[in-house]
Amino acid sequence: MSEQHYESERVVAVTGVGGTVDLGADGTERPGKAPGGPGGPGGPGPRDRPRSLWSDAWRDLRRNPVFIVSGLVICFLVLISLWPSAIASGSPLACDLAKAQEGPRPGHPFGFDGQGCDVYTRTVHGARTSVTVGVLATLGVAVLGSVLGALAGFLGGVWDAVLSRITDVFFAIPVVLGGLVLLSVITSNTVWPVIGFIVLLGWPQISRIARGSVITVQQNDYVQAARALGASRTRLLLRHIAPNAVAPVIVVATIALGTYIALEATLSYLGVGLKPPSVSWGIDISAASPYVRNAPHALLWPSGALAVTVLAFIMLGDAVRDALDPKLR
Amino acid sequence: MGRYVVRRLVQMVPVFVGATLLIFLMVNVMGDPIAGLCGERRCDPATAARLRAEFGLDRPVWQQYLTYMGNVFTGDFGTAFNGQEVTELMATAFPVTLRLTLIAILFEIVVGVTLGVVTGLRRGRPVDTGVLLLTLVVISVPTFVTGLLLQLLLGVKWGWIRPSVSTEAPFAELILPGLVLASVSLAYVTRLTRTSIAENRRSDYVRTAIAKGLPRHRVVTRHLLRNSLIPVVTFIGADVGFLMGGAIVTERIFNIHGVGYQLYQGILRQNTQTVVGFVTVLVLVFLVANLVVDLLYAVLDPRIRYV
Repeated sequence: MSEQHYESERVVAVTGVGGTVDLGADGTERPGKAPGGPGGPGGPGPRDRPRSLWSDAWRDLRRNPVFIVSGLVICFLVLISLWPSAIASGSPLACDLAKAQEGPRPGHPFGFDGQGCDVYTRTVHGARTSVTVGVLATLGVAVLGSVLGALAGFLGGVWDAVLSRITDVFFAIPVVLGGLVLLSVITSNTVWPVIGFIVLLGWPQISRIARGSVITVQQNDYVQAARALGASRTRLLLRHIAPNAVAPVIVVATIALGTYIALEATLSYLGVGLKPPSVSWGIDISAASPYVRNAPHALLWPSGALAVTVLAFIMLGDAVRDALDPKLR
Repeated sequence: MGRYVVRRLVQMVPVFVGATLLIFLMVNVMGDPIAGLCGERRCDPATAARLRAEFGLDRPVWQQYLTYMGNVFTGDFGTAFNGQEVTELMATAFPVTLRLTLIAILFEIVVGVTLGVVTGLRRGRPVDTGVLLLTLVVISVPTFVTGLLLQLLLGVKWGWIRPSVSTEAPFAELILPGLVLASVSLAYVTRLTRTSIAENRRSDYVRTAIAKGLPRHRVVTRHLLRNSLIPVVTFIGADVGFLMGGAIVTERIFNIHGVGYQLYQGILRQNTQTVVGFVTVLVLVFLVANLVVDLLYAVLDPRIRYV
């Protein structure tokens, strides 16, 4: 498999660098970036003060409608996962079999599922699971992956060789399959086994990217200069290399967050992620699928919520990627 | 070339050993394989001990692993605990999943590359924006949701297809499941092709080709496409392994009796031999697919020479 190489161009402020914006969902190219050949020199724009990559990226992001929309959706999701009762006061576990599979009615806008639970309440309460798993798993993957990857890239030699082989091993194992095998024994009914599993199988992805990024950044003149000035290896890594190598990791981690949410739902759908009485969209979709002919609403609402959530995180990741590195597609 | 292939094969060995060992350990953690043998009751200790000795489960894990791998290389994948040969299960399951994967790959190549070329040539136009939005949605909606919804719409509501696939799983019944399996990768292929085409369209060789008066379709197919397909080929090649592993979800939705179905049953029944056997083959498929992709590079891009 080819490794992705990340240009180290981001070290310079990238005001006028060519490259069109790939993923404006509205199809418009955003201001501030002249269209031109990818990587073609666009000529540095006039600059009053030196700008960092981050302030540039932030300026880009604030103007990006994709970022604003997905950011708002994510804020809303985070709020309802912190305080679900604010908009859905009932308990997601309060079910009345007599109402099973009934359609919407006043006070119960989404209807009832096969157990007679209120679909609206369950959908709202399911956000917490997804957001928790997504955020914590991404944090774990990003920390573990970038530390190991950066060390492999920085130390090189045997470390690098061993770590690269370990990465290959993890890549050769299909994720859903690994989840089925590992999680099928676990009876714990918390989010932790799922998070642990995602971290276990997810870190190689980040570590590959961190490694590549560190190797690229390492060749820059300012790193050589710092080395020549006698900077210690720790200082070199922490002060000079890491801050300049972290952008691709952030981009990939943001997009991965969305996919981890999808993965949790998939595992729960297969019956090995979270298990009832936990509230998760995956569980609800799985439970609704056998009687989908009679009560499609019980399937559609959690599916919709899941899709919108994943979409929001992936769009956010795309926007961040465009902002941090216009060349990185 | 020959030396390169040999080197790659040698590099595959540690990865293969590592991945299978990892799965072997996972399955060992999976629980007591003997427990599944006595049905719902607990085995009495004497029977359990006898069964353990019979299956070699009383030996340390590394010995079990070595024995198992030794057997695998002589074509013996062991016997499932119900007495059925694992190779027999494979002989019925793999053709089904292969058909499914083949359909999925065809969708990726035909639909994905076509959409990618069309949008790549028309960047910023409504077609481009529409397709891009669509790919984003497809990537975001998890496969099991796409599958269930399409099954509901096409199978139950409109009755265009049979909602579940028969045991023989002929090609015709696998078209929709194949599309579902391909969906996410299809979107990636479209986007990858689009980016690649759009990038290469501005290159010198395309300008030269146009300048010497070649017809447009020839410029696109012979010059532009061939050069733009290199990253796409890598992706599709690596996807073969991914699709076969990801088929678990699709096979579950449409009740297809393929690899995913057997694996799922094996895991539910704690049938270690089945699980390890199938996963070992899947890992091999994945590794070989990646090797083939690397070799295809040379065919597609004459600049690459293997030494």
